[in-house]
Amino acid sequence: MCGIAGIIHKGKSTNVGGEMQKMLQSLKHRGPDSTGYALYGEGESNNYILRFKVGENVKEGSSAVMEDESIYKDRVGQVNEKISISGAELHKEEQITPYSYRYVISYDGDLLDLAKQIESVEMTEILSLGKSLELIKDIGDASVVADQYELGDFAGTHGIGHTRMATESGVDIRSAHPYWAYPFSDVSVVHNGQLTNYWNNRRALEKKGMRFMSTCDSELIAVYLADKIRNGIDLEEAMRGSLDDLDGVFTYLVATKDKLGMAKDHMAAKPMVLYESDDLVALASEEVAIRTVLPEEIDTYDPYEGEVKVWQA
Amino acid sequence: MASIKKHKSTEMGLHDEVLTGRTQQVFFNPEEGENFFYHDAHKVDFNKRTEIDANNLECIDINRKINELMAKGYGTIVIKNPGSKHSIGVGILNKLNLIIEGSLGYFGIGSVDGPVVRISGRVGWSCAENMMAGKVVVEKNAGSCFGAAIRGGDLICKGSVGARSGIDMKGGTIIVGGDAGAFTGFMMQRGRIVILGDVGPNLGDSLYDGTIFVGGSIKSLGADAVEAELTDLDIAWLKRKIKVSEIDKKIDYKKITKIVSGKKLWNYDNLEPTERKGAI
Repeated sequence: MCGIAGIIHKGKSTNVGGEMQKMLQSLKHRGPDSTGYALYGEGESNNYILRFKVGENVKEGSSAVMEDESIYKDRVGQVNEKISISGAELHKEEQITPYSYRYVISYDGDLLDLAKQIESVEMTEILSLGKSLELIKDIGDASVVADQYELGDFAGTHGIGHTRMATESGVDIRSAHPYWAYPFSDVSVVHNGQLTNYWNNRRALEKKGMRFMSTCDSELIAVYLADKIRNGIDLEEAMRGSLDDLDGVFTYLVATKDKLGMAKDHMAAKPMVLYESDDLVALASEEVAIRTVLPEEIDTYDPYEGEVKVWQA
Repeated sequence: MASIKKHKSTEMGLHDEVLTGRTQQVFFNPEEGENFFYHDAHKVDFNKRTEIDANNLECIDINRKINELMAKGYGTIVIKNPGSKHSIGVGILNKLNLIIEGSLGYFGIGSVDGPVVRISGRVGWSCAENMMAGKVVVEKNAGSCFGAAIRGGDLICKGSVGARSGIDMKGGTIIVGGDAGAFTGFMMQRGRIVILGDVGPNLGDSLYDGTIFVGGSIKSLGADAVEAELTDLDIAWLKRKIKVSEIDKKIDYKKITKIVSGKKLWNYDNLEPTERKGAI
């Protein structure tokens, strides 16, 4: 089933971490296995914020393979080495969990080269790399993940998030949403639905050199959009193209440094409720999520089949 | 025990089974009407009015409270602060004046038989699913699957509705003041749908029976749906129903498009009316 939600404030920064936590917690019944946040904050002096993991969360319910935690330190050492080799400079290093890290780096080279270097370290996956995007995902509900990563006070303009019910792939961080649109900074995607031409599209994109880290069909949307953006296609146009190129039933949200967009398939088989005012746009699989941040009576509606919308922060 | 009248479908080897026990024939025998009742139906007094504040209640508690109040004879119940919670007001099997001050989430007012419900806000997916009788009026918009599988009653949305409104509908009337999404009337089997605004693609796809009226544009018709002549009787019915719906909209009735099934389903169309009820 899965639940997705997003909020964007027009022209102002707020406690978007707390808002997303409330919205996603109310969607727990749609996906109790894992929760993910893509939050767009105020950044770190124009440096890149790198969120990555060097292992999996192997607590109860996880389908990941148990590893000795001592190996994580070794991998982090290798990541630091790769960052240095790539010509990037590490300014700040934070360990959030035994397997999850947040770095602030400066870098003026090709992000694809840097990403390839970092991910050449065994079991290492970049969750996000951007100037305002911070992508956090882990096993557990929205409150568990928000507490673990201290997201409750995160300030920013917008964010998207996901509560996952594992269906076609395992309960682990790599299969959790959101997905970063590798290798483009600050682009993330969450999805509710099923893609039925996943493997056809994946093979075609892999031939073009795009990378997949999981077998989760939702990752395809992020990679698909990344490929289009790489070829100079505008985000909204790429999203419109996805409605014809991706087969199945889906509603997805995509966010960039200053935009939030939604797309709904031609069958309108997956839910999405939308509220828009002069100040903000909030949208979610269920209105009950919107009401956690806007408790007063509001006018909402369901976007129609084949609709693509993009809003500016 | 009842037997099915011999006709062409039975000659072809179809529908030759003999119905036993609680058959449709027995069910619809008015002489046995006293044998058919709902255990949870209550006699209520519309002048007895009360309120429920749903703010800190789960949906199961709200529904339990409604049932307890009906058992005490309350005939007018106001739900305050529904907060778009799911499955509120389901399974009401008697007459009741239910007023929802706010919006409902998914599956609100489902499987009801008799109440009159007014919702001042919006409703989520599958509002009034399986409604047997009564009237439900939604002042704002509705999500997808509005009136899925309803068998009777009047379901009205003054705003716009999502996709697949009236899916699998088996009777009753759905009236929408605004627009409707894709697959409106999908697999509809009986009843009427009136959309006063525009309709999305695949209208009436796989329609068995029933009629769909559209006041605005139609993006495309689905398989089996065809346009039919709008008669004076249709217009008279539409005027009557739209008046009852309380939708305040100027309508040019002669411009309304009438859509019916263009496909004769052999097993369905050859059944007697009572047998059709059994088939659906």
